[in-house]
Amino acid sequence: MEKSIDEINRRIRDGSARVVTADEMPDIVCELGEEGALREVDVVTTGTFGAMCSSGAFLNFGHAEPPIKMERIWLNDVEAYGGIAAVDTYIGATNKSVTRMESYGGAHVIEDFISGQAIELRAQSSGSDCYPRRSITTEVRLEDLNQAIMVNPRNAYQRYDAAINTSDDTLYTYMGTLLPHCANVSFSGAGTLNPISNDPNLRLIGSGVPIFLGGAQGMVVGEGTQHSSAGNFATLMTTGDMTEMNTDFLRAAYMHRYGPTLYLGVGIPLPILDIEAVRRTAVRDEDIMVSIRDYGVPSRSRPVLGQYSYADLKTGAIELNGEEVKTSSLSSYRHAKKVANIVKSWIEDGQMTLCLPTRYLDPSKQAKPMRETRKVILVQEIMQRKVVTIKEDQDITDAAKKLLRGETNHLPVLNEMGKLTGVVTTFDIAKAVARPERKVKVQDIMTRNVITTQADEPIDIAAQKLDHHRISALPVVDAQNQCIAILHASDLGKLFKPGGKLP
Amino acid sequence: MKLLVRLIHESRPIIAQVVKDTGVLINVERARSDAHEGEEALVDVPDESCIQVSERMRSLGAEVRILEEGISHDEDECVDCGACISICPKGVFSFDEDWKLQVATKKCILCGRCIVSCPHAALSMSY
Repeated sequence: MEKSIDEINRRIRDGSARVVTADEMPDIVCELGEEGALREVDVVTTGTFGAMCSSGAFLNFGHAEPPIKMERIWLNDVEAYGGIAAVDTYIGATNKSVTRMESYGGAHVIEDFISGQAIELRAQSSGSDCYPRRSITTEVRLEDLNQAIMVNPRNAYQRYDAAINTSDDTLYTYMGTLLPHCANVSFSGAGTLNPISNDPNLRLIGSGVPIFLGGAQGMVVGEGTQHSSAGNFATLMTTGDMTEMNTDFLRAAYMHRYGPTLYLGVGIPLPILDIEAVRRTAVRDEDIMVSIRDYGVPSRSRPVLGQYSYADLKTGAIELNGEEVKTSSLSSYRHAKKVANIVKSWIEDGQMTLCLPTRYLDPSKQAKPMRETRKVILVQEIMQRKVVTIKEDQDITDAAKKLLRGETNHLPVLNEMGKLTGVVTTFDIAKAVARPERKVKVQDIMTRNVITTQADEPIDIAAQKLDHHRISALPVVDAQNQCIAILHASDLGKLFKPGGKLP
Repeated sequence: MKLLVRLIHESRPIIAQVVKDTGVLINVERARSDAHEGEEALVDVPDESCIQVSERMRSLGAEVRILEEGISHDEDECVDCGACISICPKGVFSFDEDWKLQVATKKCILCGRCIVSCPHAALSMSY
């Protein structure tokens, strides 16, 4: 037995279509069998609600008098794209405000527009005979715009790898707070309710298909950026009218030390045309596996520590190498379920009918990494090879002398084997002098938990370490933990000498 | 009842002294010593001894704040994602059967870790 899309739409129009949410489908198939479920169910609705950073909106403000071609544009001091004429712009969700606290960004501008607030528009232009005006400052509300069309390059990931952190430091990432020593796992995704997980071969989801987007009825534009369906990481480009959206399903967010992002609800109804559609929408949390990746490794290819299903992750704890690790989600399953339920009610009320893709998405595409033609600058290119060190059992007065002579603020401390065991700074010496409590040896006052770098580490990673730990130097160690050089924060300045060459 | 005790730099054993003087057992839930900001401890004491303990601590030179409640949760901002759940050391946060976030403020030790971890600024401390 097969059903046509026209037959399903006829049932939607006369109010007799049977619509269920994707999380209900596995049990229905279990109870009625595949043939029975195909006869019984016409539409399965899906939903997801989570951080979708790659989102934004095209806005048209109407012409000013005298007219301006806006070349640089700020909305509440968040820069928007000025490369499209003349009063068009694109505001991206993750762009940070240039003046407000960094927790305000493009996503907040979008949310503030939708909640009816006035937004300050500032723009500059170099002026032309047809657009003489050079600058404008005004306040606009969503209702004042001609168009506010959300177009999101990458939404509704099919699934997303979970995050863990094996390093010694708490990391603040777009996957949330990752505690040191694998103390938590953060994951994202709606599992059984996820749109593409219910249509992994992309037979039903494609260009032109109607969707729920931020509370409005929108549609799939086509393949999303970084679409990688071959690896089960398909994505969608979506669009919808911002003026019909609401803040229940569109929320600006700020990920600590990452930046602004947009939480968005996306839902897609799937017509149950054949047995294949039944089979695919019967997917359970147990069937959808993700890798747990180590964000403690600052590299594109983060090591995988294990494979777990959404069912495992949703229990609140997993077992990893014999230890229990707490898990929690960044996306909201409660809101995902609400999205799927609203899509269900739209279809039951005849407010949304379905269609098949006008263009299909490639189900076998694989995303590529970036082609890089210039080599990454490494620590060894700017580190100072002449490094003054001190032994653990030397007096602090020796350390003070060395600090003075060496014109440095950091002395790496070595044990009798020559291995790095600590660091002494001028601050440590000053403290010891200010509070003389019989601390006379370097080992009494040194910092033992030393943050180090390696000669072949990319300079950006070393810079991140300096920034993260709020320190101003990193001893450079080799594989035997011998201190071979030192990298000072001030050495980073060498990279920015105008026209200068690396030493 | 939880008390937030700020100690002055001269390191006198104030908490030990108060335990000795009053006989009240004090549970130190969290303590921090910082070169710039001094020492701070969050302690839990039986409700009936709260006044007695805090007065005694004050007389020994500590600043004491009585904390009526733990972290506060703004339900309008919260989207029930659960990002706070796995990073809380005390299991304050959980989901009910409808995946709605539940907050057991009594368990909270006001470490503040969840405040920066909440993507929606739905968690805050009132003190």
